[in-house]
Amino acid sequence: MTKHDHIIEVKDLYRYFDDIKAVDGVSMDIERGSVVVVIGPSGSGKSTLLRCINHLETPTSGEIWIDGEKITHAAKQINEIRAEIGMVFQLFNLFPHLTAMENVTLAQKVVRGRSKEEAGTIAMEQLQRVGIPEKADAYPANLSGGQQQRVAIARALAMNPKIMLFDEPTSALDPEMIKEVLDVMLDLAQEGMTMVCVSHEMGFVRSAADEVVFMDFGKVVEHTTPDGLFNNPQHDRTKLFLSQILEH
Amino acid sequence: MAEQHQILDPIIPIDDLSSKRSLRDLPWWLVAILLIAVYAFYVMTSNENYNEAFIFIKSGFIITVKTTLISFSIAILFGLFAGLGRISKNLVINNLARLYVELIRGIPILVLIFFIALVGVPVLVDGLNNFGFWLYDRGIGILGKLFTAITNQDISMNARAIISLAVTYGAYLAEIFRAGIQSIVKGQTEAARSLGMSYAQAMRYVILPQAIRNVLPALGNDFVAMVKDSSLVSVLAVRDITQVARLYAGSTFRFRESYVTLAVMYLTVTVLLSILVQFVERRLKTHD
Repeated sequence: MTKHDHIIEVKDLYRYFDDIKAVDGVSMDIERGSVVVVIGPSGSGKSTLLRCINHLETPTSGEIWIDGEKITHAAKQINEIRAEIGMVFQLFNLFPHLTAMENVTLAQKVVRGRSKEEAGTIAMEQLQRVGIPEKADAYPANLSGGQQQRVAIARALAMNPKIMLFDEPTSALDPEMIKEVLDVMLDLAQEGMTMVCVSHEMGFVRSAADEVVFMDFGKVVEHTTPDGLFNNPQHDRTKLFLSQILEH
Repeated sequence: MAEQHQILDPIIPIDDLSSKRSLRDLPWWLVAILLIAVYAFYVMTSNENYNEAFIFIKSGFIITVKTTLISFSIAILFGLFAGLGRISKNLVINNLARLYVELIRGIPILVLIFFIALVGVPVLVDGLNNFGFWLYDRGIGILGKLFTAITNQDISMNARAIISLAVTYGAYLAEIFRAGIQSIVKGQTEAARSLGMSYAQAMRYVILPQAIRNVLPALGNDFVAMVKDSSLVSVLAVRDITQVARLYAGSTFRFRESYVTLAVMYLTVTVLLSILVQFVERRLKTHD
């Protein structure tokens, strides 16, 4: 195993909130360029796991390695490491006092030290990539949920991340807006971006995922392929969960 | 910010459809104040005694404005840093900020003004002088001279008044800034940090711009309050309008003319400022 095979390595990760074991001993390796979708019932620890990967959440114990660098207990370089990991949130978390354009350029200027012109050019490219260059001067309040989420994706992509994390990116969206966000994510997956997504969009799992992780009570119950998940689930808990979400 | 032009409600709403309702909605208190102002203006221009009082008291106006503006500007700095300190995870900083806020808020402003001007400043000057002598002893006389040269007389009562008000209001504003920062949802910090920004960068570019916008009305109210509290510096014989009015009343025995004029002057300034604050508040609301 060379270190470059696995861009993310999670080793024996625990995250407790007082008595609640949100993440209870998770280990997984994620290959460069692969798309991993984490599914599971609410409260199963999937979001906490994702947030541990870019250290928004400090693990109680265990290690996380990003591209051969240990990020747990590396407080000093954490900002540099985070800049390499894009994150998209359920509630978009756009900066409401800034236009779409400014949302995408801010961190480029402040963190990457890019000039205003350079950041602007890159921002425009990214807004084009997510399909809303015409909204560059709009404030988040004047954008639909789907548009806001696409700006949020552009904001993360403008930092040229090695990894993109998606924390239920479509859960807060109206049904007709889900597709526009998923299309952007599909394009990204096809371009070879390493993606870790917490999502229940089974269509996305089918068409884009390389691996699926099913979590329950903070533990990985099943780590398999989409084909294995839909056609040959190994555990009763997985079968029950699938039957519940695929029923409708 | 948005391109569409918002038509702001006038301060006194006029409703064409139902004149009954518009009469009820009229802010009668404001009408009363305007009437008082008009009447006072009339009296001050027509009545010789009032006119004289006004012209005399007016001479303190610059000091009142200067004291308020400078103190408030410094107080904003103190408040911002203390407010940031109050939410700091660093135990020392957090407790120091808390100590400052609680200490100041537990003492009346009048007492604080006496204390800071007549105890705090002299103690500080003593300390600086001693530090200067200490530098002398270490053979750094050039630096030491800087500190030993300061005397109590160098710090005017005007300056002490400004320091006192700034220190006092800094503690009040700290709580406003703290509340403003805490009103910004956690997701904003997380989004900023996830992009690689440091805590300070996230604060400066993402949290504070939003927080300050949210607390502008509260800051405005405190500014109006400070205009009024600036009258307390008259106890240090600073010649603001209150002190000048006292002097005028004392020398002419025209108490009524002095204090009516003084009250009307404060009222005019504070009401105008309050209307301005309301206007800003409305503008912010329409843009949300």
